[in-house]
Amino acid sequence: MNLLEARGLKVSYGGINAVKGIDLEIHEGELVALIGANGAGKSTTLRALVGLEPPAGGAIHYQGHSIIRQPTHQLIRKGLVLVPEGRGIFGRLTVEENLHMGAYCRSNAKEIKADVQRVYARFSLLQERCRQAAGTLSGGEQQMLAIGRALMSRPRLLLLDEPSMGLAPLMVQKIFETIRAISAEGVAILLVEQNAKLALETSHRGYVLESGLITLHDEARALLNNQKVRHAYLGE
Amino acid sequence: MMTALLTNWRNLKRNPYAVWLGFALIGTALVLLPFVTDAALGRSWVRILDHTLLYIMLALGLNIVVGFAGLLDLGYVAFFAVGAYLYALLASPHFGLHLPFWTLLPLGALVACMFGVLLGAPTLRLRGDYLAIVTLGFGEIIRIFLNNLNTPINITNGPQGINMIDPIMLGEFSLSRTHQVLGITFSSVHNYYYLFLLLTLLVIFISIRLENSRIGRAWVAVREDEVAAQAMGINTRNVKLLAFAMGASFGGVSGGLFAGFQGFVSPESFHLMESIMILCMVVLGGMGHIPGVILGAVLLSMLPEALRYIGPLEEALFGRVIVDPADLRMLLFGLAMVLVMLLRPAGLWPSPVRQREFTRHD
Repeated sequence: MNLLEARGLKVSYGGINAVKGIDLEIHEGELVALIGANGAGKSTTLRALVGLEPPAGGAIHYQGHSIIRQPTHQLIRKGLVLVPEGRGIFGRLTVEENLHMGAYCRSNAKEIKADVQRVYARFSLLQERCRQAAGTLSGGEQQMLAIGRALMSRPRLLLLDEPSMGLAPLMVQKIFETIRAISAEGVAILLVEQNAKLALETSHRGYVLESGLITLHDEARALLNNQKVRHAYLGE
Repeated sequence: MMTALLTNWRNLKRNPYAVWLGFALIGTALVLLPFVTDAALGRSWVRILDHTLLYIMLALGLNIVVGFAGLLDLGYVAFFAVGAYLYALLASPHFGLHLPFWTLLPLGALVACMFGVLLGAPTLRLRGDYLAIVTLGFGEIIRIFLNNLNTPINITNGPQGINMIDPIMLGEFSLSRTHQVLGITFSSVHNYYYLFLLLTLLVIFISIRLENSRIGRAWVAVREDEVAAQAMGINTRNVKLLAFAMGASFGGVSGGLFAGFQGFVSPESFHLMESIMILCMVVLGGMGHIPGVILGAVLLSMLPEALRYIGPLEEALFGRVIVDPADLRMLLFGLAMVLVMLLRPAGLWPSPVRQREFTRHD
């Protein structure tokens, strides 16, 4: 069974059809890349999947149930979690306060505490800075915090919107290592990226989105060797 | 020296006996305050104390909306007006209704609460400047309604306002009369002081509990980043509505007390300037920080009164009044606010979170 399935998903954005009817599916534990140029509708797709943007048409099923028109805050309780573009951390709160915000929907204080420790084990840098205002972290550290905070809500499907945006190459490597590790633990991931090469090298499958339509869909490895993809997104 | 003092202070805060002793001292001071004030400065200053307590409640109510949830509200005085007029209409000869205080108090909170939702619901998608403009309009609409709802049916009695409002009665005990208890004379302003003090403490208590609750954390998240708050699983719509409703209910309670205390309400008391003043208390004291907001309310409600002594002071110094004291008073008041915001941009007593913002780049 598909964990998430979108059929004919359409999203309009102030009169413009940003997503024009796409099919998308993610299986349990899978790592899927959604690549495409600026303005192709990648972020809009993600926002529609988590209910931040009302779809203009089509169907979305999560764990077999329709989630269309379900508010974001309810989807999180079901394990569908978005790490928004530009990270969206709470700059004036401390690193630890940010992590606790991630567990907003949970109530077991003991488990939450243990999960905070787990995030610190994954990102030791965050532990060193746990009392520091999150806004003072570097871009890469903020991305780590954003991912750590998303993990605090115990996701089954994690939607990552451009996690490598604006980061130094070394930091990008680190973030992608983390993404692989989280995926290896059984969390399904939908990865939206401009860095197509890295995204496809990391993922199992990939979708190519072009001006609101899925033009290619294949195993990630096959897409890496696809002449069109190589030409358009890998700069060859 | 400073650090030594600070560590001593921190140790003291950890010692439960010291904390209780501190509470006892503050409590005694608050109980004695009206008598000391009466003896030192006169009866009019006890009345100013009463008003200060009302302002503290208002500032703490607005602090929930502006400080905790980060929603700029420039029409907050509307809720104060709703509370005041509700009390006035239901406890005066105007309609011939004389409901008891214990009914009117929760009713005022509830009706103001509903008005809060009424303002909140259509403005949920607005933020910052836009929200400020809409709330400003809302505040003015309420005042203009109060001003004009005397025709065709006379509901609010228009600009003349409502007179002869029942004083607050606790059972048979009228707060507006002078009472002798254990040989001590409690005049009207004293009685009101103790009631207001009690309710102010209650409002402070509720504020503190709210701040440290799940709702409080949700407000912080909405204030810091609304999209991220949604991504955390926070129902931002409900959380914002709740902020408006809670803030408004404090305003409603304060308004009801004001009506009973004054015995008279008119639209004049609910001008935009009042909203601005309450906002200044919150901002100047330290947005989102309860002790700071209380300090702001105390200073800003007392300073204009204290500045009334300028006239006599000028006469004493120069033998005659050189500058019109009324002009000078507001000038000095404005100057004081400008200075505070320049020297302490996060407020006089800011919350740790806001302090962080202003020290981030140092």
